Amino acid sequence: MPALPLDEAGKYVAAAYIVFVTLVVLYVAIMAAKVSRIEREVESLHDLLDERRR
Amino acid sequence: MRRAVGAILRKDLAIELRTRESVPAMVLFSVTVFVLFHFGLGRDSLDGDLAAGVLWVTLLLATVLGVNRLFASERDQGGIDGILLAPIDRTAVFVAKAAVLLLYLAVVELVAVPAFGLLLLGPSLLDALPELLAVVALADIGLAVVGALVAGIASETSARDLLVPLLLLPLLVPVAIGAANASEPLFRELSSAEDLGKWLGLLALYDGVFALVGFGVFDYLLED
Amino acid sequence: MYSKGLRPLAAASVVSLAAALALVFFYAPNDADQGFIQKIFYLHVPLAIVSLCGFIAGGVMAIGYLRSRDGSWDMRSYVAIHLSLVLAVGVLVTGAIWAKGSWGHWWVWDEPTLVSFLIVFLLYCCYQPLRFSIEDPERQARYAAVFAIVAGAFVPLNFAAVRLAQAFSHPRVLTTTGGNMPGEMRLAFYVSLAAMALLFVTLWKLELASKHAKLELKRLRRRLEADLEAEGAAPAVAAPGPSTAAVPAQPMGG
Repeated sequence: MPALPLDEAGKYVAAAYIVFVTLVVLYVAIMAAKVSRIEREVESLHDLLDERRR
Repeated sequence: MRRAVGAILRKDLAIELRTRESVPAMVLFSVTVFVLFHFGLGRDSLDGDLAAGVLWVTLLLATVLGVNRLFASERDQGGIDGILLAPIDRTAVFVAKAAVLLLYLAVVELVAVPAFGLLLLGPSLLDALPELLAVVALADIGLAVVGALVAGIASETSARDLLVPLLLLPLLVPVAIGAANASEPLFRELSSAEDLGKWLGLLALYDGVFALVGFGVFDYLLED
Repeated sequence: MYSKGLRPLAAASVVSLAAALALVFFYAPNDADQGFIQKIFYLHVPLAIVSLCGFIAGGVMAIGYLRSRDGSWDMRSYVAIHLSLVLAVGVLVTGAIWAKGSWGHWWVWDEPTLVSFLIVFLLYCCYQPLRFSIEDPERQARYAAVFAIVAGAFVPLNFAAVRLAQAFSHPRVLTTTGGNMPGEMRLAFYVSLAAMALLFVTLWKLELASKHAKLELKRLRRRLEADLEAEGAAPAVAAPGPSTAAVPAQPMGG
């Protein structure tokens, strides 16, 4: 199998690495969304606590 | 343990003999799939790898039917409570269910394999009968062990009939690889046993590993 | 407690990923046989190894659950399998791209890594449907653990079977996967592998921390609401909901 010309091969290599990065970024973004949901939950718990103290 | 296995085995066989649910369905299914393959492939007779593939894919799919029904009596009539209340080793259930499935498969193959030989196979089945029997026996043990495990795992889920094939078929890929590759040379015009030891070894390894896993984990499925 | 050490771990995985990239593109020589396209190898193979190990680790953690009946082991096993499944998507896609680039087809059946991955991926795709079709949480954890153990045992067996089937029909072996890599390549490969493993552990801990925080919050809310109800002070204020806009995201706290 002769080596592909660099620009041709470069496309595939770039695509593969982009797929990987996209996957990780997507995962982290979903996790971040979950964390912000947790924070909202914390906030509403704070409200509940305030309610109770009053 | 042995008595418990025997009792469950007898109970399941008695039910099957009376209702005739699983085995006839599996046989009919297999023969129907052979007919489908005849038209789907547009071939009157098969040999070699195509024959091995058709036979084993059909038997694997027929196994799915049997696995789906394996815990039917326990589920529908609450028989599982009786088993759980009895002071027996839970692993006995695994052994008994695997044995039931093994018997079912043996009976199904007793009909389906000759039917395959008559309907589709070009070369004669009889040329390499002992080798084929060895392949079928080892593959059946694997199918029975993994089938009993999957039936147990899926038995308590709400999407049982969907999960059984989806769980079972990927797990059976090594059986398909081993059995199809082992029987491929047996189904050639001039049948010869090629690499038989390697593929039988793979099947035996598979059987052994999943038998051990089943012994190890099955009782956790039957705790409540 | 789950987020302990998360920050240095994250830093280490970022640094090692950067180092791996630098080594792969500026240090390791082009493959004599495949040329530049072989750079995918440093991504695809570590991804595959880490994902497989994650599946097996999920099985081992499931054994831990069945032994101890400690729900945190179940959570660990669940997160490991979930994360491995995500990485497995990466393995399949990068493998397909590699195959297209070097052999001209999106899928090659004589690449054992790729084929075994497809089978393993198909099997583990059933993990979540299985889990969530069982209502009772204790039973859910137990059945998921049994599945994780069975599937974990299946992973290496399936790999061996597929490799055996390939060796039969195609004696061609990928030259770079053997021990005959030149030293520079081997170094780049090992650094990539370590980086990928670090990334896995980091993401695993991150998800565990968030899952744990969510569980704790749920427990706190239940206790607080029970208290409120008992006091009879404020009936029906306990309607929870996204009342205000989300606060700016802070770094993970356990």
